Amino acid sequence: MAGIPHDHYEPKSGFEKWTHKRLPIVSLLYDTLMIPTPKNLNWWWIWGIILAFCLVLQIVTGVILVMHYTPHVDMAFASIEHIMRDVNGGFFLRYLHMNGASLFFVAVYIHMFRGLFYGSYKAPREITWIIGMLIYLVMMATGFLGYVLPWGQMSFWGATVITGLFGAIPFVGEGIQTWLLGGPAVGNATLNRFFSLHYLLPFVIAALVIVHIWAFHTTGNNNPTGVEVRRGSKEEAKKDTLPFWPYFVIKDLFALAIVLLIFWAIVGFMPNYLGHPDNYIEANPLATPAHIVPEWYYLPFYAILRAFTADVWAVQLVSWVTGGIIDAKFFGVLAMFGAIFVMALAPWLDTSSVRSGKYRPAFKWWFRLLVIDFIVLMWVGARDTNFPHDWISLIGATYWFAYFLVILPLLGVFEKPETPPATIEEDFKKHYPDAPSAAE
Amino acid sequence: MIKKLTLSAVTAITMALGGTAALAAGEGGHIEDVAFSFEGPFGTYDQQQLQRGFKVYMDVCRACHGLQYVPLRTLTDLGYSEDEVRAFAAENFEIYEAETDEWRPALPRDNFPAVSGEGMGPDLSLMAKARAGFHGPAGTGINQLLKGMGGPEYITAFLTGFTGEEREVAGQYLYENTAFDGGWVSMPPQLSDGLVDFDDGHANDAHHLAEDVAAFLMWTAEPKMMERKQAGFIGVIMLVILATMLYLTNKKLWAPHKYGKELDL
Repeated sequence: MAGIPHDHYEPKSGFEKWTHKRLPIVSLLYDTLMIPTPKNLNWWWIWGIILAFCLVLQIVTGVILVMHYTPHVDMAFASIEHIMRDVNGGFFLRYLHMNGASLFFVAVYIHMFRGLFYGSYKAPREITWIIGMLIYLVMMATGFLGYVLPWGQMSFWGATVITGLFGAIPFVGEGIQTWLLGGPAVGNATLNRFFSLHYLLPFVIAALVIVHIWAFHTTGNNNPTGVEVRRGSKEEAKKDTLPFWPYFVIKDLFALAIVLLIFWAIVGFMPNYLGHPDNYIEANPLATPAHIVPEWYYLPFYAILRAFTADVWAVQLVSWVTGGIIDAKFFGVLAMFGAIFVMALAPWLDTSSVRSGKYRPAFKWWFRLLVIDFIVLMWVGARDTNFPHDWISLIGATYWFAYFLVILPLLGVFEKPETPPATIEEDFKKHYPDAPSAAE
Repeated sequence: MIKKLTLSAVTAITMALGGTAALAAGEGGHIEDVAFSFEGPFGTYDQQQLQRGFKVYMDVCRACHGLQYVPLRTLTDLGYSEDEVRAFAAENFEIYEAETDEWRPALPRDNFPAVSGEGMGPDLSLMAKARAGFHGPAGTGINQLLKGMGGPEYITAFLTGFTGEEREVAGQYLYENTAFDGGWVSMPPQLSDGLVDFDDGHANDAHHLAEDVAAFLMWTAEPKMMERKQAGFIGVIMLVILATMLYLTNKKLWAPHKYGKELDL
């Protein structure tokens, strides 16, 4: 692999040489695992490993759950109860899978905001960032499809609402919605295709994760200073880095153990905490629940979807200009997907010459406001749309777009950044004055 | 470093809470907390209470409500022997066999029958998990850790929440209930003081009957609760040990690079 100079795998024995000539897989694994990693990485850099763990956890528990689940509208709900009551350890597997999705999203959000603060998206890591955004989109799809499978009330009505979003697309919307559902409404065909795709998409995520890792192993990790590892020679690089194994693997595993501790306690002692009680009622197309609320991890974007109602002047303007083709509903859908799209464009919207937010005095505050905005949107996403919730969502959604489209480009021009340290070694020595000069 | 890790963890929890707080919106009715034996990480079911609640279900609720997801054989969890369960199943329920087109006495392997038809109520198997009573403090719902979801409290409050007021709407009678969202429900009041007698002479006023049947319905909704908590404790203890070992390993591993010296552990 290209990138930071380091010691590569040298086949020694006859067998190793024989294999290496034919399939250099050991070399690939060795170089991946021994990749030089900036030694000043802080604790915000642990979430990648936790995400990898989540993917494995969800696939392993999911594969076992599938052995006992029946994707049919008349049997799905009962088959979940079969898992909960009759399958050995089924209740724990199912709760792990249910809450595993939440852990997955907690980790991905922290991972993303980490990247947004330390400028991990900036050149030369744009492709890593874009692949990451794709992974996030596929995760959202997978989570949504999976939530439909237990065939509870929220499953059914959530599916109805979300596929309805596609129905808002002008001209072709209704056709797309019918095509997605496999019929005029959510039914057995919908459940079957959602089941099939819910099993498929995690493997798409796994493939994207490999590309994601490949990309940032090529550019090298970003780090809290945003300063690049020196690459003049192996010796120079060694002053800034330590190999991933064992230094970062052990560090990340320790963090994983702490995160799993909290996760396990939630699964063991309050497994339904993050779920919705209505999903313990079997799906009933004739009874709409009083409040249809998506899972917590969709709420910020759900709030943005609902923020743009027909009485917002921007919506009226767009509607008038497009001759009514973009109505309030479609505007909301565009805003929701747009909110994720502008995030994907961050590498090109951020004009600052300094990568890490640590050295950007004004950026820091705007970024903190973005995190608060995200949490407020999450909170308001589950409220009704009466005053003041409508205003809160509208202001929150506006700030989200303003941050990416206005603040990021302008800050680079107007902000006076501080000077980052010259090298990673210098930063490391600031934290650990006794650190030896040349790492082994 | 620990400070930052804590910050990281706090962020994670805040995010999860933000979402849950959200889920709590818009529930109606007044729910009083009941100190059930099965709440909190150490809580366990009280078999005597489950047996009493089971009797209330059989004598009262069963007329209009099924328990279609609950296998009869699991009644051994309540402290009955297999023979008792077998006898009980055969005495109380009949099952229709489609193959032979005949009704036969129920066996332990059968589930409680579903009850459906005109004027019948919803299935109660999962009712205790399908109703959440608690969302505090400040809408975070975090007190569920100690008090449970509040489903059994909802059931208790519902069964004892009838005010005695009734009215007729479009030929159907509605009864006022302080726990029910909307205040008026089509189910008439059922429990009254002394309605069900217990062999051991346990208190049988309406409130006790309601609590007992709510506990029984928590069991029907979450029969593996005690196993789940046990697995929770084993996992938490093992992860504490694992985390400690990894913490020390990590410290020793990094010491030469951070402090220029070996650590003796």
